[in-house]
Amino acid sequence: MRRFSWFNATSLTLGFAFLYIPMIILIIFSFNASELVTVWAGFSTRWYGELLGNEAFLDAAWVTLQVAVMSSTIATVLGTMAATVMVRGGRFMGRTLFSGMIYAPLVMPEVITGLSLLLLFIGIGLDRGVLTIVLAHTTFSMCYVSVVVSSRLVSFDRSLEEAALDLGCSPFEAFRLVTLPIIAPAVISGWLLAFTLSLDDLVIASFTAGPSATTLPIKIFSSIRLGVSPEINALSTIMIAIVTVGVLTASIVSKRASVAQQRDEQAAARAT
Amino acid sequence: MKLRRFFLLLPPYLWLLALFLVPFLIVLKISLSDIALAIPPYTPTLDIGAGWDSFRTFLSGLDFENFVFLTQDDLYWKAYLSSLRIAFIATALTLLVGYPIAYGMAQSAAEWRPTLMMLVILPFWTSFLIRVYSWMGILSTEGFLNQLLLWIGVIDAPLTILNTNVAVYIGIVYTYLPFMILPIYATLEKLDESLLEAAEDLGCSRITAFWLITIPLSRSGIIAGCFLVFIPTIGEFVIPSLLGGSQTLMIGKVLWEEFFNNRDWPVASAVAVILLLILIVPILLFQRNQQKQQEAEQ
Repeated sequence: MRRFSWFNATSLTLGFAFLYIPMIILIIFSFNASELVTVWAGFSTRWYGELLGNEAFLDAAWVTLQVAVMSSTIATVLGTMAATVMVRGGRFMGRTLFSGMIYAPLVMPEVITGLSLLLLFIGIGLDRGVLTIVLAHTTFSMCYVSVVVSSRLVSFDRSLEEAALDLGCSPFEAFRLVTLPIIAPAVISGWLLAFTLSLDDLVIASFTAGPSATTLPIKIFSSIRLGVSPEINALSTIMIAIVTVGVLTASIVSKRASVAQQRDEQAAARAT
Repeated sequence: MKLRRFFLLLPPYLWLLALFLVPFLIVLKISLSDIALAIPPYTPTLDIGAGWDSFRTFLSGLDFENFVFLTQDDLYWKAYLSSLRIAFIATALTLLVGYPIAYGMAQSAAEWRPTLMMLVILPFWTSFLIRVYSWMGILSTEGFLNQLLLWIGVIDAPLTILNTNVAVYIGIVYTYLPFMILPIYATLEKLDESLLEAAEDLGCSRITAFWLITIPLSRSGIIAGCFLVFIPTIGEFVIPSLLGGSQTLMIGKVLWEEFFNNRDWPVASAVAVILLLILIVPILLFQRNQQKQQEAEQ
């Protein structure tokens, strides 16, 4: 028997109020007509209009999107490979070093990752721009992907793969036809995680971006250092809306998929 | 089979060697160099083509001067200590705020729990920068919190909260709360209710049963949550630079300023090396806790 008391109700209400009120205020005041950010002067979409006319923000948004798509895609491929070897590979030379390098970026302070990559890029004479940000983002996000994919690989029944091999699949076909569909949810959430991490990153991008490429977080940071601005409120609202829609869609899709899978499994169980 | 594994392993391995390990060795090396008015702004530089002799002169040019400098200048000591203190207090506050929420989630009806989980995770997917930014408008002198408090009549003059350590604590608790709630919730959800009933049957009050059973059984979640907040907070840069003031001293911010404002790469690298040394202990403790938890589950 779970006992849901007034204490639990209060702590949940206060907790979620704490988590959501700041963002709700941000959203409401992005529709404020006044330039003064804390005084309500009527409803207006003026700041959204100004945002759309702001070339610098649009350029930065485009760079950010390119970086995020490229780095998360490469990171997903490399991270899935790394996870497969870590879970299925058994012992090999340098395994400790490899697993150390997979886990270290997860706990490494961003300032250190950024600094060290910048020093590398300067050392080898690579001009800073979109490419260097992609390299930097791929490096830390592939580690997140590999952790997410590993956890799924650990829990799945290896005999399914072996059965496919026994029935005449090549190792690659077995991976494509059996393993990949099973780990697909983890691979997709790994990609999404890498994508958001890249969209979100300020510190590492600041170190590795050059004058030719500025990302959105760098742009936002330099303008909010001076204080709150209604234009940034509008931009934040757009970003919050995109994330909310994305997360809700992903959860509904994955819930449907798991319901469908359960139904299939039940049907299979009845058939046997 | 072996060959296939080799080709699977090679790309991620080389990638991490080239873009994680090598850069870190470069930081180590530059932390031992001297600042110079050149491009790159440090000396000595290693010229691999010039043979063994130049390598020897290169080695003799390295020293621990920057680390000695860090111990002599008060700023760095204070920044390290103050980062540790801020991270410690913020972690304790996050635990105080997060535990009741995780507890409430675990006690709520089963059909509500996925929605509550989603509500905790959603902010985590939202931009970190925006979540920190959202507090700037609330905490400023003309901000919403001051307006509210003045309107209620609790205070007569607006409080200065933004650009103080209080704002930094609020920012950390707010942004890292999901990291505290999720591991604690995971342990509380698995908690066997019959243990609590047994304790009450044997004469414990509900509060005593909570202290004697619920808290100890959620210990691994509490420890995991605390480390997940503590470790990234020490090197935090965004929160102290947006919400903190000039007296907020945190090492991530010092490193950033040393690098971007003072352009002193060797000192910035030395700061980075020491920051990492400080982090090793909590990271190892965290890993031990995770391993123990995994073993306990098997």
